[in-house]
Amino acid sequence: QIHFVLLISRQGKVRLTKWYSPYTQKERTKVIRELSGMILTRGPKLCNFVEWRGYKVVYKRYASLYFCMCIDQEDNELEVLEIIHHFVEILDRYFGSVCELDLIFNFHKAYYILDELVIAGELQESSKKTVARLIAAQDSLVEAAKEEASSLSNIIAQATK
Amino acid sequence: MALSGMRGLSVFISDIRNCQNKEQERLRVDKELGNVRTRFKNEKGLTPYEKKKYVWKMLYIYMLGYDVDFGHMEAVSLISAPKYPEKQVGYIVTSCLLNENHDFLRLAINTVRNDIIGRNETFQCLALTLVGNIGGREFAESLAPDVQKLLISSSCRPLVRKKAALCLLRLFRKNPDVVNVDGWSDRMAQLLDERDFGVLTSSMSLLVALVASNHEAYWSCLPKCVKVLERLARSQDIPQEYTYYGIPSPWLQVKTMRALQYFPTIEDPSTRRSLFEVLQRILMGTDVVKNVNKNNASHSVLFEALALVMHLDAEKEMMSQCVALLGKFIAVREPNIRYLGLENMTRMLMVTDVQDIIKRHQAQIITSLKDPDISIRRRALDLLYGMCDVSNAKDIVEELLQYLNTAEFVMREELSLKIAILAEKFAPDLSWYVDVILQLIDKAGDFVSDDIWFRVVQFVTNNEDLQPYAALKAREYLDKPAIHETMVKVSAYILGEYSHLLARRPGCSPKEIFSLIHEKLPTVSTSTIPILLSTYAKILMHTQPPDSELQNQILAIFRKYESCIDAEIQQRAVEYLELSKKGAALMDVLAEMPKFPERQSSLIKKAEDTEADTAEQSAHKLRTQQQTSNALAVTDQPSANGTPPVSHLGLVKVPSMTNTDRNLADQGETEPNGTLSVVDPQPPSAPSPDVLGDLLGPLAIEGPQPDAAQPAHNLGSGVGVAPNAEDALALAPVEETATVQPIGNIAERFHALVLKDSGILYEDPYIQIGIKAEWRAHHGRLVLFLGNKNTAPLISVQALILPPSHLRMELSLVPETIPPRAQVQCPLEVVNLRPSRDLAVLDFSYNFGAQLV
Repeated sequence: QIHFVLLISRQGKVRLTKWYSPYTQKERTKVIRELSGMILTRGPKLCNFVEWRGYKVVYKRYASLYFCMCIDQEDNELEVLEIIHHFVEILDRYFGSVCELDLIFNFHKAYYILDELVIAGELQESSKKTVARLIAAQDSLVEAAKEEASSLSNIIAQATK
Repeated sequence: MALSGMRGLSVFISDIRNCQNKEQERLRVDKELGNVRTRFKNEKGLTPYEKKKYVWKMLYIYMLGYDVDFGHMEAVSLISAPKYPEKQVGYIVTSCLLNENHDFLRLAINTVRNDIIGRNETFQCLALTLVGNIGGREFAESLAPDVQKLLISSSCRPLVRKKAALCLLRLFRKNPDVVNVDGWSDRMAQLLDERDFGVLTSSMSLLVALVASNHEAYWSCLPKCVKVLERLARSQDIPQEYTYYGIPSPWLQVKTMRALQYFPTIEDPSTRRSLFEVLQRILMGTDVVKNVNKNNASHSVLFEALALVMHLDAEKEMMSQCVALLGKFIAVREPNIRYLGLENMTRMLMVTDVQDIIKRHQAQIITSLKDPDISIRRRALDLLYGMCDVSNAKDIVEELLQYLNTAEFVMREELSLKIAILAEKFAPDLSWYVDVILQLIDKAGDFVSDDIWFRVVQFVTNNEDLQPYAALKAREYLDKPAIHETMVKVSAYILGEYSHLLARRPGCSPKEIFSLIHEKLPTVSTSTIPILLSTYAKILMHTQPPDSELQNQILAIFRKYESCIDAEIQQRAVEYLELSKKGAALMDVLAEMPKFPERQSSLIKKAEDTEADTAEQSAHKLRTQQQTSNALAVTDQPSANGTPPVSHLGLVKVPSMTNTDRNLADQGETEPNGTLSVVDPQPPSAPSPDVLGDLLGPLAIEGPQPDAAQPAHNLGSGVGVAPNAEDALALAPVEETATVQPIGNIAERFHALVLKDSGILYEDPYIQIGIKAEWRAHHGRLVLFLGNKNTAPLISVQALILPPSHLRMELSLVPETIPPRAQVQCPLEVVNLRPSRDLAVLDFSYNFGAQLV
């Protein structure tokens, strides 16, 4: 299973973290520090897998961001590498040519998308179309609620003038 | 679209990004945290939108790396919000900030449950996602049935059901009992007929976990899995959206093949045939293409297929196909494939004997050892270690020693251990072995653990032919200007024992040897000096005819250390000084060390211990556990098999005959007094295996005390089994007299108690004595339960324990009277001082009515 997902920038800034196994806050910081050190220093021609503390971490660099997923020793590495790519393609579709800035300002959206992709550390949905549809549905629910709220507050505002 | 939907959040993020340095950022963050804290305290003024915004800000700050120690409450409370947007935020932020060990989470269980069983589909999805991601044991117990219902309900849409499948997977991992196997295996089979690929993918993950823990129950799923694979392989009726770069749902293929690896065999021949067809097609049909992702996807399927083929232990032809493929892979440019090639080759070694075929690729593997990528180097090391046997050991070990020169520190310890083990296991002759180990110490002394040099000493001691060679080599190393401390230890020890064998050779007179060693004394630490002192004493003793100048030198050294602060050094110095005055007797005392008995190499045990454990037993691991590790046998036959669990079952106390005799003698005396003493007449059968001997043997190599072996044993057993022979206390009930007949077979009870921590010790019509024991290393606490079975009180109760010399026992006060039908507890503290096979005896007497028992 996937134990956690990390998105780190080239400078070591954390853009997203999701933990599927119990790590305390202190442990999380430590993990991030260790893995950043290991992964950010790896050259471009090397393989996408590092061995760390008895686990394997599969990572891939997309522009200025490193996407990392930690898995068990016996899991299939290439499969997870493609889960990463799957995630990136969905983000790309959603944001329209995604860049790091998108993920910085819309990190909450990234979390929504990740939750449609992975649960309990396993792949949930391999169809980009389905995921896109679900996220769109969620977005419209939120929009609808906003409109409702704003129309209500308009009415109240009018009424209390 | 760079800006988020929440303006306040965007502004905050921009502010942070505009900070010039860490200080500024910290200030801004603190300001915001203060703001949020105040707003949270004043709940009334907070609109849901604002709450959302602040909770996201909190998460952002948390991601930046700051401690966010408040506000968890708010995030969790948002879960109970009535409207979707707030609820969504509550769920997601909670799952990011908290984990199953947070108490807060418990507060949300009810709300979550309501969402799961409620009608609102989106709410169900949110809840299932949360529980699936961070649910813990408590969630498992309260929610599993509801989740199961959702999964199999036909009125639920695939969207919900796929989440339910993975949610159930998590709950199962946290508490395997939530899935009632009997009912569930049919359901699983049904689920595998599912048309929707989202649900099918999730269900397959669930299946993998279920089958891993119990494949017996899920046999009906096996043919279904094969059907799924066939469907995917034929690529018909697969919706476009589930095709990934032209490959039909690679993840589903991989998962299905993984599930199949947990079934030991495939009985049905037609199923077997279909499966092999599919596998064959994958093996032959996977080409390398330009598109990286397509390549990765197709190869992920290929590697999983390889693993499955290995597991099924297919015909030789298919296997050699696999090895051929792997051989190709380890030489390609693409590093990922090289890595995986090496990894899978290592796995192959475990499963079948394709060693010969693999050895053909030895040159390539050795090249990989020098690869710029450390991940690949590690794989190469593992593979070389695994494929080493008598024919290629020399080459491989020599390569590894070379590699040691340039290896980075993180790998050196593992490397040293592996070199030592390989050298030991496959040494063509012992002198080569000694060479290798000494070389190892020379190159990587810091990483050579004590076990390694103890082992080489053990070998030298046990093999007389080796001794002069070893001594000579040791002397050679001492000539070097700067040697590692471990080398000093080894050389000094060996020369101490055997330098007299070299006495005739040039440069090897006792005096020269002594001065060589003594030169190094200033450079070593306190732990080595005792060894040097012993060496000097032995050199002194071996010098025949006695050289008075040398003698004086050495005695002077002893005198110098007589007042050393370190206890060990002082003791040795003083004792050797005294001994040297004894003259001839010195010979006996300082004679050569006797041979060491054969035991399992502690090195091999160490190597096995370093393998990490995982939650789901991988199919691969299950296979390797069936392999037994070979105990080293270079000189004598190994007498011990030494896997810890075995020792538990074999442990039975043999009461020493003297003890029993003594008891009988006691009995003779005490009989007139009418005291009931119970003696076990026959010793229990089943002599303990040699492991017992090993545990009790006080050998230098053992290092830490036998007690230290305890933790490993306890971890292994997991049941309250009496830990070690030396620690298991048996209160031997001693039976005699015709007056009061005990109930039940005392000897049986006694045996049972040696193996268990609790049980009945002795029973007769009036009283029952039970024991419950708790052990921590050598310290134990027993409780004696004295139960009066009758309606009249037992008076004048007395219990005496006669501890044997190796135990120290303290029995708390035993009450004089035991009321009718009551049970009294008497705690007993035990400390085990030394290993021994003696037993303690419980002397118990009471008065019933007029009768003294």
